[in-house]
Amino acid sequence: MVLKKSNEDRVIRLIVKFLIPFILMYGLYIQWNGEYSAGGGFQAGVICAVAFIVYGLVYGLDVLSTILPFVIVRFLASLGVLIYACVGGVTLLLGGNFLDYNVLLQDPVAGQKLGIILIEVGVGITVFAVMVLIYYVFSNRLTDDKK
Amino acid sequence: MIVLSGLLHVILLSLLVVTAASAIFTRHLLVSTILLGIFSLLMAIQYLMLGAPDVAITEAAVGAGISTLLLLLALWIVGAKTKQEKKFEFGPFLAIMITVCLLVAAMLQLPDIGVEDSPAQTHIAKNYIANSEKQTGIPNMVTSILASYRSYDTFGETNVIFTAGLAILLLLGGIKKRKGGYGSKKIQ
Repeated sequence: MVLKKSNEDRVIRLIVKFLIPFILMYGLYIQWNGEYSAGGGFQAGVICAVAFIVYGLVYGLDVLSTILPFVIVRFLASLGVLIYACVGGVTLLLGGNFLDYNVLLQDPVAGQKLGIILIEVGVGITVFAVMVLIYYVFSNRLTDDKK
Repeated sequence: MIVLSGLLHVILLSLLVVTAASAIFTRHLLVSTILLGIFSLLMAIQYLMLGAPDVAITEAAVGAGISTLLLLLALWIVGAKTKQEKKFEFGPFLAIMITVCLLVAAMLQLPDIGVEDSPAQTHIAKNYIANSEKQTGIPNMVTSILASYRSYDTFGETNVIFTAGLAILLLLGGIKKRKGGYGSKKIQ
């Protein structure tokens, strides 16, 4: 699903190129602001995925796959869940319950903050990778059928 | 002010009903997809007016963004035909009407929104509200409940999202070899 090169599409390409850094920055802002205001990992993953998906829509799947290869997307999907599970595993090894963040650091409150930040990172990475993965698979199917 | 916000709620809810009905009864699938995106946007505004900004951001991003996009891609793949007219059948209609009546009867017995002495607010919510910032150190109570008190459930949610990605990969991920282009190499 690539836009054919024509004069009208220059506007779309330029605007998309201009907007993508802002979308990514907003996604990262939502991710780290989840502790203080509305936000968190789920929302941030979706917003960051939208930036890459719109780039893939306008410039084509080939160009997107040179920036973000499909291997890396699949790896990131499992990396997020692995981060989450490893936080739980580390707390088990340190003597607490599964996902009991109090034992992560000396100060329990600081341990809670660290645990929450880490799992939100995990959630954000997984959601981002799964959204981009679904777009990749659908768009692949599309170019397959059209060719 | 109260009258204004009540009026806003009424307008928004009636818009929701109109949008949902149009999405169901229209014959063009493309129109239906766009109307579902509009429905998600209106729901996001409704969640915001009910005081749930986290849910509103998620609904706007996922419902009006990703979901509409994926439905459009799916329509592009299979071809957006118009729906065929079905003739009216009384049996399913009766079953659905009975279910709707039961649901409305159950809904009328729920406590009002935001009432302080409803069972949902008096069980453990007081504990969370009192102790959340002391025990977890972060001001946002939604995140602290989601990520710390209910962390195991969020682990399950993340696994569900990962499983959905896995299922899509298994169902649609195979790609035929062909000469040239992106499709010439198998998806690694």
